[in-house]
Amino acid sequence: MDERIRNDFPILGRTVHGKPLVYLDSAATSMKPIPVIEAEARFYRESYANVRRGVYALAAEANERYEEARGKVAALIGAGPGEVVFTHGTTEALNLAAWGLGETRVEPGDEILVTEMEHHANLLPWQEIARRRGARLAAAAVAPSGELDLDDLRAKLSPRTKVVALVHVSNVLGTVNPVAEVAAEAHRVGAIVVVDAAQSVPHLPVDVGDLGADLVAFSGHKMLGPTGIGVLWGRNDLLAELPPLLTGGEMVREVWLNWATWDDPPARFEGGTPPIAQAVGLGAAVDYLRAIGMEAVRRHGEELTALALDGLLARPHVTVYGPSDPAAQGALVAFNLAGIHPHDVATLLDQEGIAIRGGHHCAQPLHRRFGIPASCRASFHVYTTPEEVNQFLSALDRVWEDLR
Amino acid sequence: MSGYEEIILDHWRRPRNKGRLPDATGSAVEANPLCGDIVRLEVKVQDGAIAAARFTGEGCAISLASASLLTELITGKPVAEVERMKDEDLLAALGGVVKTRLSCALLPLRALRRALASEGPPRRTLPPSEV
Repeated sequence: MDERIRNDFPILGRTVHGKPLVYLDSAATSMKPIPVIEAEARFYRESYANVRRGVYALAAEANERYEEARGKVAALIGAGPGEVVFTHGTTEALNLAAWGLGETRVEPGDEILVTEMEHHANLLPWQEIARRRGARLAAAAVAPSGELDLDDLRAKLSPRTKVVALVHVSNVLGTVNPVAEVAAEAHRVGAIVVVDAAQSVPHLPVDVGDLGADLVAFSGHKMLGPTGIGVLWGRNDLLAELPPLLTGGEMVREVWLNWATWDDPPARFEGGTPPIAQAVGLGAAVDYLRAIGMEAVRRHGEELTALALDGLLARPHVTVYGPSDPAAQGALVAFNLAGIHPHDVATLLDQEGIAIRGGHHCAQPLHRRFGIPASCRASFHVYTTPEEVNQFLSALDRVWEDLR
Repeated sequence: MSGYEEIILDHWRRPRNKGRLPDATGSAVEANPLCGDIVRLEVKVQDGAIAAARFTGEGCAISLASASLLTELITGKPVAEVERMKDEDLLAALGGVVKTRLSCALLPLRALRRALASEGPPRRTLPPSEV
């Protein structure tokens, strides 16, 4: 990647414990480029007002900027603007999907199918719905390779399956799941397909048409945008049947003391004052990513992942989890050093200014599946350089020397 | 690499008082579900003092070293004195712990406090199973 990209991220110029920051936790959240920070600040300085209510010019301008951002997000994923719902993040988007489908589609005795590699955000809402609706929650197995066991998934699909919820790119293993294939199978039994795309939309070209799913959720903050903004994309006809998750201002048509009528999507799902400036910031992040090109973003991620995997796999004391194939995984690597707890690895790397994640990454069942309490994860984005990956690998050797 | 304090590495590599205490008078398990750290601390109180203390556990170097050091610190001490032990005392004995890892370092102390609170007559011998 271009040196200019690096310079767009001011935080990468700082030091930690007196060492230059090497930020390798982009799967948790990404850093923000100046154009995103500026877009949000400029909106507050120049065009800020509440949306959807005001008849005055400033409100109309703010509304225009908000809707413009929706259009940018829609264009990024090949959707129509009316299909893009702004939420506060992936978690809210998945809860909106789960609570809505729970009400409209799931009956007692029905089944909801997830996978063993789900982030808690795409597991717990379905647990709740299953429990409250008297439905059964099943999980498709993960193979030792870190790939989804498609035979197991097929075996667990039945006409009773009303929802299949799965992650596009695993936040731990990096596995890229064959969503289109799964969606086709799920649709054959009449199930709705919900996709957690929090780790895919920020890193690779995603077209919701090609994906074949019915509802797709992702976050702004992992794709160079602000925190507090996320997206639920939904097929028009499906969104039209879903009830709102949050009721209140700005999502209704007519309100009486005893009843109310909901607005159409996407407004129906955006009760209360939405994260307006954050939406504008997300629009700027989309512009930034598209200027680089999602193909180029993906290539850069693959190069860094290849470099990290080569280094990790060459060290016999390192266990790598996931496909170990840069072309088949997201821009991240999960691993452990033999006999050393991930928090010790993360703390010692931090002393050298290197930020990686150690823990269960909000995927406890997946770690249990691999028989480990936790793992280390290094993850990348457009601003990560090959030099940083090499620094990480040599620092990892010093951790090993220190603790072995 | 600046790394961990030597005392942490030493207790992690050569844990003291590791194992079950068959005639314990007090015992407690504390776990940190965030990282999977788990520590069982057992004490034998005799004549108002800690006659013996042992731990078992799994987890990171800091939590295990802290448990090991803690058993050394309290053995032979009057219970009243051990009960007055503050978080800062243990952290200082460890040579200081980075603030992001305080919960790991203090896990064994939380177990000790509960073990002392649970103190009662000596138990019958338990099978020497791990935590």
